[in-house]
Amino acid sequence: MAACMSANRSENAFSANDLVPEWAQEEVSTGTTIMAVEFDGGVVIGADSRTTTGAYIANRVTDKLTPIHDHIFCCRPGSAADTQAVADAVTYQLGFHSIELDEPPLVQTAANLFKQMCYRYREELMAGIIVAGWDKRKGGQVYTVPMGGMIVRQPVSVGGSGSSYIYGFMDSNYKPGMTKEECLHFCTQALTLAMERDGSSGGVARLAAITEDGVERRVVLGNQLPKFSNV
Amino acid sequence: MLEESTESEWQSEVKTGTTIIAVEFNGGVVLGSDSRVSAGETVVNRVMNKLSLLHDKIYCALSGSAADAQTIAEMVNYQLDVHSIEIGEDPQVRSAATLVKNISYKYKEELSAHLIVAGWDRRGGGQVFVTLNGLLSRQPFAVGGSGSSYVYGFVDAEYQKGMSKEDCQQFVVNTISLAMSRDGSSGGVAYLVTIDEKGAEEKCILGNELPTFYDQ
Repeated sequence: MAACMSANRSENAFSANDLVPEWAQEEVSTGTTIMAVEFDGGVVIGADSRTTTGAYIANRVTDKLTPIHDHIFCCRPGSAADTQAVADAVTYQLGFHSIELDEPPLVQTAANLFKQMCYRYREELMAGIIVAGWDKRKGGQVYTVPMGGMIVRQPVSVGGSGSSYIYGFMDSNYKPGMTKEECLHFCTQALTLAMERDGSSGGVARLAAITEDGVERRVVLGNQLPKFSNV
Repeated sequence: MLEESTESEWQSEVKTGTTIIAVEFNGGVVLGSDSRVSAGETVVNRVMNKLSLLHDKIYCALSGSAADAQTIAEMVNYQLDVHSIEIGEDPQVRSAATLVKNISYKYKEELSAHLIVAGWDRRGGGQVFVTLNGLLSRQPFAVGGSGSSYVYGFVDAEYQKGMSKEDCQQFVVNTISLAMSRDGSSGGVAYLVTIDEKGAEEKCILGNELPTFYDQ
């Protein structure tokens, strides 16, 4: 998706300039594969770790899982600048709201704050966010806020350019009522498959499990990723 | 409003949006496809069989522009008939794939169709060839069409070497079903063709008989 935006920008006076390489003129994009799964007692979220400017990998160990509160994370595919800006704004708003309430905020609140911003500035932004976390009222929840500013709660959600390739795998392998370990395994497999096929996704698989007790982070390095029998 | 939509129907090119797949097993191949043909947002044919016969034991799966794909298949069908008379025996799958590749490559700029060629011959058993953009490559399995993007993860995970004929058929049906549920340009019924030494067996699986997965 970012590739389309960059193509427009590189048609300017500088494209003939050999002193500045092409990738330095392209917009920074977290090409990406992200996903989030609910289980009884929390959520598991995962993302790859590649950030690209055009064909150059600007960061191969990016952390795309952004905490916006103690028990609420968001995954940010799309334009790095746009999603960072929105996430920072929501983090501030949520922190303020939580102080006013004098208790941890609800995941639904966080998701709605994202939605309000993404909807209001939907023409200018290129950001599709997945918000996932745990709260006392409804336990583990995953909310998807795609580009355009819709909000919907789903037990499992994938996003980013690599997500197209794993819809089939997700549909066939997701079962309701999985345990935390099963969810982590499911996420690792799905991210691996997407990273194999999507040029904009790669690196390591970063996972986080959010429960009442807090956040447990895991990294699965490239050579430890599951192998599938392939051509 | 009514006139607006009729105009745009006729102006959009007819495409077989599509999901197609072909898998080798020991002793033959299984080909599968959906059945939706769309022109813009309209479905102009919901029961089209995209598995086209090139010879008794060689089929091809069509995707991309419906006209381009059908024309290539017809041309190769004719060329293969002539070729098999000349050599006096059944043609090789590789020959059929090469004929498709030659057309795809020569008219690369004008055509926009991708055919997967699969079949059985005495010399090589079951074989699957891809001819995307004019290349020729043999693969144990191949997926194509707009719906294929959504099932790359699934086929990578589920494909095992050395599957039996029934396993392959189930694998193909599952893949097509998953792709149809995610891709707007794929849908309808699923067509299956199983080719082995004895010949080709065609099958049609109706929409309500397809396997369902979570949230369907």
